[in-house]
Amino acid sequence: MSVVAASEVLNPLSSGWFLENSWLIPIIPAVGFALIIFFGKRLPMKGSEIGVISMVASLGMSAGSAYQWIQRVGSAAEGQFVEPVIRTWNWWQIGGVNLTIGQSIDGLAVTILVVVAFISTLVQLYSIEYLHGDRRYTHFFAALTLFSAGMLAMVIAEDMILFILGWEIMGLCSFMLIGHWWEEGANSRAALKAFFTVRTGDMGLLVGVAILYFASNEWTTENLGVSGFSINGISAWALSGEPNSTVILMASIALFIAAIGKSGQFPLHTWLPDAMAGPTPVSSLLHSSTMVVAGVFLVARLYPVFFEGFDILGAGGNLIMVIGAITIVIAAALAFVQADIKKVLAYSTVSQLGYMMLGLGAGAWLPAVFHIFTHAFFKACLFLGAGSISHSASHHSFDMRKDMGGLRKYMPITFTTWVISTLALCGVFPFSGFFSKDEIIDNVGNNGYTMFMVIGLVGAFLTAAYMTRATYLTFFGEARGAAAGQHETEHASDHGHDDHGHDDHGHDAHDGHGPRESGPLITIPLMILAVLALSSGFLNATPFGKSWEKLKDWVEPRAAVVMEVHASGPGESRIRAEEGHHSSPCGSETPKEGVCFAPQLEHAKFKWSKALLSLAIVFAGIALSWLLSVALYTKKNAKLVGLTSRNKVLGAGYRLLANKYYLDALYEQVIVRSVAGPISRAAYWFNQNILDGVLHGVSRTTRSVSSWTYRNIDQRVVDEAVNASGRATKGAGGVVQPVQSGKVSQYGALLFAAASVVALVLVIVNT
Amino acid sequence: MLVNQFLILAAILFAIGVYGVVARRNAVLVLMSIELILNAVNLNLVAFAMRSGSADGHTFALYVIAVAAAEVGVGLGLVLLIFRNRRTIALDELSEMKG
Amino acid sequence: MVAQNIGFGIIALMMVVGALRVVTTTNVVHAALWLVVVLSGGAAQYVLLGAEFIAITQVLVYVGAVMVLFLFGIMLTRTRIGREGGLNNPHWKWGIPVALLTLAATVLTLVSSFGGEKLPEDAAPISTQAVSDQIFGPYLLPFWALSFVLLAAVIGAIVLARKD
Repeated sequence: MSVVAASEVLNPLSSGWFLENSWLIPIIPAVGFALIIFFGKRLPMKGSEIGVISMVASLGMSAGSAYQWIQRVGSAAEGQFVEPVIRTWNWWQIGGVNLTIGQSIDGLAVTILVVVAFISTLVQLYSIEYLHGDRRYTHFFAALTLFSAGMLAMVIAEDMILFILGWEIMGLCSFMLIGHWWEEGANSRAALKAFFTVRTGDMGLLVGVAILYFASNEWTTENLGVSGFSINGISAWALSGEPNSTVILMASIALFIAAIGKSGQFPLHTWLPDAMAGPTPVSSLLHSSTMVVAGVFLVARLYPVFFEGFDILGAGGNLIMVIGAITIVIAAALAFVQADIKKVLAYSTVSQLGYMMLGLGAGAWLPAVFHIFTHAFFKACLFLGAGSISHSASHHSFDMRKDMGGLRKYMPITFTTWVISTLALCGVFPFSGFFSKDEIIDNVGNNGYTMFMVIGLVGAFLTAAYMTRATYLTFFGEARGAAAGQHETEHASDHGHDDHGHDDHGHDAHDGHGPRESGPLITIPLMILAVLALSSGFLNATPFGKSWEKLKDWVEPRAAVVMEVHASGPGESRIRAEEGHHSSPCGSETPKEGVCFAPQLEHAKFKWSKALLSLAIVFAGIALSWLLSVALYTKKNAKLVGLTSRNKVLGAGYRLLANKYYLDALYEQVIVRSVAGPISRAAYWFNQNILDGVLHGVSRTTRSVSSWTYRNIDQRVVDEAVNASGRATKGAGGVVQPVQSGKVSQYGALLFAAASVVALVLVIVNT
Repeated sequence: MLVNQFLILAAILFAIGVYGVVARRNAVLVLMSIELILNAVNLNLVAFAMRSGSADGHTFALYVIAVAAAEVGVGLGLVLLIFRNRRTIALDELSEMKG
Repeated sequence: MVAQNIGFGIIALMMVVGALRVVTTTNVVHAALWLVVVLSGGAAQYVLLGAEFIAITQVLVYVGAVMVLFLFGIMLTRTRIGREGGLNNPHWKWGIPVALLTLAATVLTLVSSFGGEKLPEDAAPISTQAVSDQIFGPYLLPFWALSFVLLAAVIGAIVLARKD
């Protein structure tokens, strides 16, 4: 390869202590984990202080890295490839193979680092109060800290080995955290389900990494001097035009299966709602910013592989988009029929992850990453809000229908933060979700996938609708059950997620009292998250022009061709030179000399007309869902409680919704007055049959469609498929059951005989 | 010396070991048969090391010896435990694994 | 070379006979003693192959330590020493075809791949130093893993065998 003396084009990239030492970010919580395990119980705060301190230190380091990364980007010339900060160490060697471990910090890594460290810190703070007095308090903090260490290690990983390590640490810790209250059978079943479902996908990760290693090792060693495990090496290899399309397709499919399992995509999404059995801080951490995002992160990290493997930007769509789109709609429909507030949020998470996948599949890399970023804040806020409600208002119940309602008055902070996050999730204009979700939908359409864009818009409508329903049930209407101050004695047996038996303390304090606002350790994280849910979208506010697209500058790798010159001596870094971005063929054709690290992606131009359309859809969803909620839940209450009490309790928004009720009364009076007059009769008929019919019909259809989906697709088809495979195995097992004599010698005989027969067959075939 | 004379000797020892594993009822004798199999493998490793002239085969042979020692230790511990609980080490009476 | 071949033949015959006695004798203690013959024969073959260090290790570890373990195992799990019925499974005959099948498969493969290939005669012997360089160089990680295996085996054996 030729040396391009392009030093006048190139600026030396700035670096700094934080960037160079980012590997400390996962090390700190890992050490914290060990300290908690060994000394936690003897400390005054039972180990939680170590967890919080280590996460704060990690957060500080991450923020420092992010700051220095931004400076580094600033020091680069226009169109210059901003090289990630890579540091590697020889980890071990066996035979002739050297394996390295190390960090590779780029825009994607710092973004996720900051998010993960930040949410982890808040969740730890929140857990101090939420789990106060729990019998395995110390272990909880140990697992939480190790979990964060695993995620952070995965994010900074330079090579796939460290990536797998972090990924598996997360899997293990999620099992421990979801099953934290394992005394209850449902919880340990949920933990097992989560663990095994994710493990099923993990097989794909191992297979995919093995394929990539064997396919790319030669090329990467020769051209970049790194092994076939290096993420940067694999990325460059994938875009070099070298790889065989079948090989890279197989690797992409295997890796994508892992992403499906981890990110709860259809059809492996069933573990995610069950995983709500864990304590609420765990749900908040796992299902907003870490565990489930890992699958999306995998796709984003090895994007060149998927880009080539699935032919992203090719005509007609690809597997990632199809899975993402199916997930968006199915999960959103399921969110309608849940009575458990955390399950609504769980399905919502699944649906939002579908958006991220859809974006990645459609070549909207940056919007998808941006959506990870914003989603983490508002979804964490929603989960923590749900926890706040159950902690302080509904006697540890998560049942919206039985134990909530009307909480707006009692929990003003929780209510406000919830509404802000809900609006962000729905994608209402100034809130963060608008910028990220709209950008995904916009880019999907811009890249020529109109059908998928429509699905995205349908998803936005459904999202707005189910979140409105959940908000209405929780905060509006009339207080029910525990929220109304009823101290039910039977409620312990009602709810699978009841943690009543485990943290009785602090509960006694408000026994007999009505709902109240939670303490500061719970509300402060909520407020911080709400502020971010409101403001984080402005980091990449495409509507306001180029100067607002900060995240694009900082995070998106520039698709420049990097000239490679081999190191002339050990320890000397590679010299790189770039051509201008105008001549960047990355992704569209094979670069003749030099390598690419990122495919060339285009961004949709923001248009207010499109944004207004999607905003209109969102508002339609909110309004329709609001009307339906009132019609369904409040009307039902009217029969139970009576008119006056209902009027007292219902709030300001109710008047609009209750119009129908006033109309009813009006019409009845009109009817009474003009006895059976034809006009009034027609009006009455119109009201009763058409208006009511439409409203009830729509509501019934929605409900029945979604419960049908839940019952048939989710519970029957998917579960049935799993069961059927189980039955098939069992049937096959029955056939060979006599072989299972339990006698070791017979097993040995079968083993050796079978091995010999296979060997003989191979010998005969080969000669 | 032929390569094959060592390899075929190893193959014979291996086959005898397999016969022992299948035919023997006494757990200690089964463990001994497994030692035969491991020795056959070692013989192969050393013969191939001589053929290729590299020390890799020797290294692995040493590792195999060490692992075999560990295996015998744990195996006999298991046998002792079974004997203490069941007063027998006849393997065909241990059929809890029956499916 | 002829002498080496004769030596090989005698030792090989001894080993095969010993191995057959190990799996056919009706006396457990005899089986252990025949195993000593096979293992010592193996050590002799290693010497023939120029692997002295392996041969010494074989004698020390196998013939010394492992055999003592076996004898302890036999004594602790039996009430009488001497001939004993029922050392074989009821279906022990199944072992013969399985073993022959295994043998056929391996021998067939070996003959077709190595035919009449000879071992290099003037090859420099592999020194013990070379082996140690390998162990503490590229194969250091397996060595560490092995240390842990041995530690785990020691602890495991104690846990399994102690009475409480």
